[in-house]
Amino acid sequence: MIELAPLRWGKPYESLETIEVNHFFTGEPMARIGTVNGGIVTRDLRQAHKARAVLRQFSIDDLIQRAGRAAELFESGTLTVGSGPQSPDDFVRQQSASTGLPEHMCRGNIQKNAFVLKNMAQILDALTRGLDLSILSRGYGKESRDVIVSFQAQSPVLGAVLPNNSPGVHTLWLPVVPLQIGLALKPGSQEPWTAYRIAAAFAEAGIPPECISLYPGGHDVGQAILGGCQRSMIFGSLQTVAQYAGNPKVQVHGPGFSKIFLGDDCVDRWPDFLDVMVESILSNGGRSCINASNIFASRHTREIAAALAERLGPIDALPPTDPQAALAAFTTPGMGASVWKMLESDLRESGVEHITEPYGPRLVEHPRCAYLRPMIVHADSPEQAIVAKEFMFPFATVVQCPQAEMIARAGYTLVGTAITENEQWIQELADATNIDRLNIGPIPTNRLNWLQPHEGNLIDFLFRSRALQMAAAHPALASVC
Amino acid sequence: MTTITDNALQARIEAAQRQLDEHTYEIVQWHFHESTGCPFWLEKKRSLKFDPLTEIRCFEDLQKFPPFEDDWLRGGPVERWRPRAYANRPTFVFETGGTTGIPKSRVVIEDHRIDYELFSDTLPDQYFPRNSNWLMLGPSGPRRLRLAVEHLCQYRGGICFCIDLDPRWVIKLIKKGWMEHLEAYKQHCIDQAITILTAGHQIKCMFATPKLLDALCLSLEARGTNLRELGVTGIFSGGTEFTPQWTRYCVEELLGGPPEESGIYMTPTYGNTLMGLACSKPISAADKYKITYYAPQPRAVTEVVSFDDPRQIVGFGQTGRVKLTTLTKEFFVPGFLERDEGEREEPCELYPWPGVSGVRPFHQLAESTTVGVY
Repeated sequence: MIELAPLRWGKPYESLETIEVNHFFTGEPMARIGTVNGGIVTRDLRQAHKARAVLRQFSIDDLIQRAGRAAELFESGTLTVGSGPQSPDDFVRQQSASTGLPEHMCRGNIQKNAFVLKNMAQILDALTRGLDLSILSRGYGKESRDVIVSFQAQSPVLGAVLPNNSPGVHTLWLPVVPLQIGLALKPGSQEPWTAYRIAAAFAEAGIPPECISLYPGGHDVGQAILGGCQRSMIFGSLQTVAQYAGNPKVQVHGPGFSKIFLGDDCVDRWPDFLDVMVESILSNGGRSCINASNIFASRHTREIAAALAERLGPIDALPPTDPQAALAAFTTPGMGASVWKMLESDLRESGVEHITEPYGPRLVEHPRCAYLRPMIVHADSPEQAIVAKEFMFPFATVVQCPQAEMIARAGYTLVGTAITENEQWIQELADATNIDRLNIGPIPTNRLNWLQPHEGNLIDFLFRSRALQMAAAHPALASVC
Repeated sequence: MTTITDNALQARIEAAQRQLDEHTYEIVQWHFHESTGCPFWLEKKRSLKFDPLTEIRCFEDLQKFPPFEDDWLRGGPVERWRPRAYANRPTFVFETGGTTGIPKSRVVIEDHRIDYELFSDTLPDQYFPRNSNWLMLGPSGPRRLRLAVEHLCQYRGGICFCIDLDPRWVIKLIKKGWMEHLEAYKQHCIDQAITILTAGHQIKCMFATPKLLDALCLSLEARGTNLRELGVTGIFSGGTEFTPQWTRYCVEELLGGPPEESGIYMTPTYGNTLMGLACSKPISAADKYKITYYAPQPRAVTEVVSFDDPRQIVGFGQTGRVKLTTLTKEFFVPGFLERDEGEREEPCELYPWPGVSGVRPFHQLAESTTVGVY
């Protein structure tokens, strides 16, 4: 069993309190994690400026190089993580065992994180729209058009309250360290693995360990991070989103409600797009905010739902080691049954039909976990309550809705794939502020281009573009030319 | 520490048990006699299948009572709990937190004073100097704690300063998710405390809830000072957040080390309106900051019982739910199941009866319990 100690600016802290992470199926202990209390976090964050100071001893270009080396180590190295060595295979087994995610999906997440680390230069170039990165480092500099610009870091560290059980979100905070900003993370209680392995890979790649703190713990730790960092991320439910809405210090990542819109000009060719729809619903066990939870179309909705059900309905829960496993387990006791109970209630509404019903029971219960098999529902109107639901398994509602009403009815949409060639509608989609990421054409919602910002540009969140003027003859001017 | 096999300790354990049995008999006689008992128990006696006056002769006999239901303590008339013998005595009513509907209430004549006078005997004068002033940094309003701490201070010859703090509002803020307001309210309390501590009142001792002690120390640190500089030398605190880890953090990081280094002695306590105050054995790094509480026997008894059968006491070192029995002339509560769990601990020289360590919210209730400021 691996032991993970909290890291207080890189230094392991021997806690007197631990939590145990167990195998979701067998109950076998996987890890013992030391925890801290909120007060420790608050005290440590008073030293947060030192994290940025130590990173500023390296140029951003240098840190990008080291991130590339960290990518290799993360992907294929045996690293010292907590109390012992951890190979990539160990990591995959551990992550799968505690999260219920199939092992091949855990491998996929390794590659996704490594891709971001390896391509840091291009990603930062895209996020900054080509800004000379030394300007972020110094806070000011001269652009190619011979104008002084200033980007001021708004916080020496980024805090993040990571989700308990979603290994797919870590790419969001990976670019922070190369931007010379430290990290104060609360790792997920069932998925501490990625944060610890990234920290180990960064250290092995020569990035100073004292720029990262890892604080496993309870709710008070999350509150302390959000209260003590000038900039933080949190992942959570709609309630969490509502709680932090309008708080400029907190970037909140909630349910995605990602969708596919089939335009009237393309909907008659719907079988051509069936693969796109299946992938959007099913990838990563349907657990991501970028999985589609709605398919909007004005006609053929019953046929589309039936075809999706035919593809997805028979998918069964397989052991996590099976390369064909497509579903992730609900590892929190009672959660699978509770989700199913909610669904049963929604399905009783008139105008709502469960299309995967003929393919057997959806809820599969085991002594320590449960699975929900893929589920396709048909709704004859966007008014139905189930249309606004998103779950942590492959679930989608095919919604009958006139094209003219789709944008307004869609509500918040993290990823919207619009399958259309209608230029006027494309313009309306591009103007729609309720759609965050817009894909034009048959692009699965889960396929993110990392050269595009995700749910708000990290640069805009961490840096403020502000005015900075220099007197004509000022000696500092020479250094920015 | 002396072990239970030690003859002297064994003799003390047996003496304590004898004292508890005698005390139990006396208290039951008092509460179930028509001339002295309270209306609640005299009424309840009619529905019992035994006569407490003749069949309760020792502590073990209290098992004959049905489980004590906390709803009996909710709502009025509160006078049904006042012993007839005290009908003409000035009476207080104290309430519990009130996080779930009508709060439980308890009438008190002078139990709070007696309990805290006994507690006073456990405080080292070196760190809680006689005649020094105190700060009560905890809940105000209809709670026993505020008056009890004030009495403790006065009993030791000092004057007690208090702040306004409404824990029910704190619970509401947490449940509504108004964390900014929560932070602001906490700061409002801390500002009151710092104002008092820096106003030249020569305060040397204080009570603080763990969360407020944490916030106070952090606020002082942000202002470039600390409790030691302000002259505080003794702190007593209480609450289920008092885990060994929190205690370690408090001693090592907030207070600046153990008493011999920092000059500040902090003692955890476990208590409530129904029981009074259980003291902890002195805490130390060598003992990994383990906190073991001992009830103020024979006035109150804490037992650790099986989760499945509250009549079954668990073995030493085993985990169970905390069961409380209060045995004073003012209040008789046989076998009340607390909202906490912990491990049963062996008697020790200082407290020759079983204790409880690792106290934390009862796991089956923990999900629905909101821990506020105390």
